[in-house]
Amino acid sequence: MATHHESLVRPRPKWLKPFGSEVNWGDAIFRTLTLLFALVVVAALAGMAVQMLKASKLSLATFGLGFITSTSWDPVQDQFGALPFIFGTVVSSLLALVLAVPVSLGIAVFLTEMCPAWLKNPVAFLIELLAAVPSVVYGLWGIFALAPFMREVVEPALEATLGFLPFFQGPAQGFGMLTGAVILAIMITPTVSSVSREVLNAVPSTLREGSYALGATRWETLRTVILPFARSGLVGATILGLGRALGETMAITMVIGNRPQMSASLFAPSYTMASVIANEFTEATGDLYLSALAEIGFLLFAVTLILNIVARALVWRVARLPAGGRL
Amino acid sequence: MSRITGEHHALRKFTNAAFSAACVVATVIAVVPLFGILYYVAARGMQGINWDFFTQLPKPVGETGGGMANGILGTLKLVGLASVMGIPPGVLAGVYLAEFGQTRMGSVVRFSADVLSGIPSITVGIFIYSLVVLTTKTFSTIAGALALAVIMLPTVTRTTEELLRLVPESLREAALGLGVPKWRATLRVMLRTAAPGIAVGIMLAVARVAGETAPLLFTAFSNRFWSDSLLEPTASLPVQIYTYAVSPFEDWHRQAWAAALVLVSLVLILNISARLLVRNRVRKQ
Repeated sequence: MATHHESLVRPRPKWLKPFGSEVNWGDAIFRTLTLLFALVVVAALAGMAVQMLKASKLSLATFGLGFITSTSWDPVQDQFGALPFIFGTVVSSLLALVLAVPVSLGIAVFLTEMCPAWLKNPVAFLIELLAAVPSVVYGLWGIFALAPFMREVVEPALEATLGFLPFFQGPAQGFGMLTGAVILAIMITPTVSSVSREVLNAVPSTLREGSYALGATRWETLRTVILPFARSGLVGATILGLGRALGETMAITMVIGNRPQMSASLFAPSYTMASVIANEFTEATGDLYLSALAEIGFLLFAVTLILNIVARALVWRVARLPAGGRL
Repeated sequence: MSRITGEHHALRKFTNAAFSAACVVATVIAVVPLFGILYYVAARGMQGINWDFFTQLPKPVGETGGGMANGILGTLKLVGLASVMGIPPGVLAGVYLAEFGQTRMGSVVRFSADVLSGIPSITVGIFIYSLVVLTTKTFSTIAGALALAVIMLPTVTRTTEELLRLVPESLREAALGLGVPKWRATLRVMLRTAAPGIAVGIMLAVARVAGETAPLLFTAFSNRFWSDSLLEPTASLPVQIYTYAVSPFEDWHRQAWAAALVLVSLVLILNISARLLVRNRVRKQ
């Protein structure tokens, strides 16, 4: 066998080595060009982190860690503490999860395990449409339909039945934490249910069939066979929903009442991190005020970034997420 | 045998029935708000909408009448410009991921796109504010469109990647076998085959940014006058819905509902036609 043989393909000049292994010029240019645009995506994320850190530098330097433990928000005195907003965001989002996760899991189970085939796509589509309605339209509906309904029906009923708990006391105002949580719950249901559905679909049907063959009912199959397999993916779906709830802005701003206070009562107005940015950013006078708002934005950015990473890692253990959908 | 037909069996059947019923109820509960919102938007929006809404500018505070012609133009400007800035880079980045993405670089890009799509849209607003608005010293259509483009980018990228991956490799091999260079095979064969699916993904991305409000608040801001410039602050339907909804004026509420009807119709038409396009393609195959 010859140690050296002629190639039919034109050899590639040595000096082009650093630019990749393509023989064809067009290929090298094409790969570089698409790589540049792919880097735009990375740059957008990195640029966001850097810009927001830069914008919040002044506030970070002035208040340090005290920013997240202080409750005073007084632009006149240049005193800024984010705790009431963190409280509002965390409580409203967790409450939304409590409301949305059982419903979403129910939908996912209905669509994967029970639903007749002809009904599957229409129902899934209707629930996806919930995600397509713009946030500001939810807010509009919240102001004129949901808030009055909460004030006149839901809140009095809760006070009459569970009024001995501190959460359900005080005047029913309609605009407050509970209404905010309900609207968030409606908005994250499509996210949680569609990811849960992907996860349940990824459970091998042989497992299911084996369980049914042993005489297990649907509930027993779900509890003993499907859930153990799908658990991490379902937790991931929940965390993705949490990430959406934390960052949701317009709808909750329009119904939560926008008062920076921490009240045990769920009927009382509250304020979230995203809402305070939406309401005060354009009106903020003074560098420190603007920087404090930017720091709230940075906190929100960092928390949702981490939640997204964790959630995707959990879901990927079970199923692939639908393409590029913002979840 | 006694165990199966006895009390235990009845309990098991009951638990199962209760659970199944709960799942059905959950699905019904989730669909109720959708119809509630659509009903409200349709009913109140139809009352509020008239010819003036499409042709007139907003009247000064306190006067009734007027319309949102400037907001409609603004939304068209913002969404159009955002599409121009967001779609081509997104598609090319998606091509990179599908064709050259099995590397560490590919994983980094894919990861960034996924994370970027979960970031709250209001923080994108702060990003563009400090990047563009502070530099140019003015709110502008360009700033708003850039914010929307950043939101579209990851969706378009990942959709393009996924759909390119669905194209059978044999098509590429046939092209390469005919002596077509790889880049032309990608553009003329792979991308063209995947194009209808990618178009559907893009429609959904456009529908999503058309209703975005939060990132526009401090990038495009708002404007009560007619503005066809790209360098001035501009009105947009979502921001106008917000301002009008939280205002104390009855007539502004009416117009907010009318605007919501226009916006929701736009978004639903895009969504439903995307869905129909997908279904027709599936049928043909």
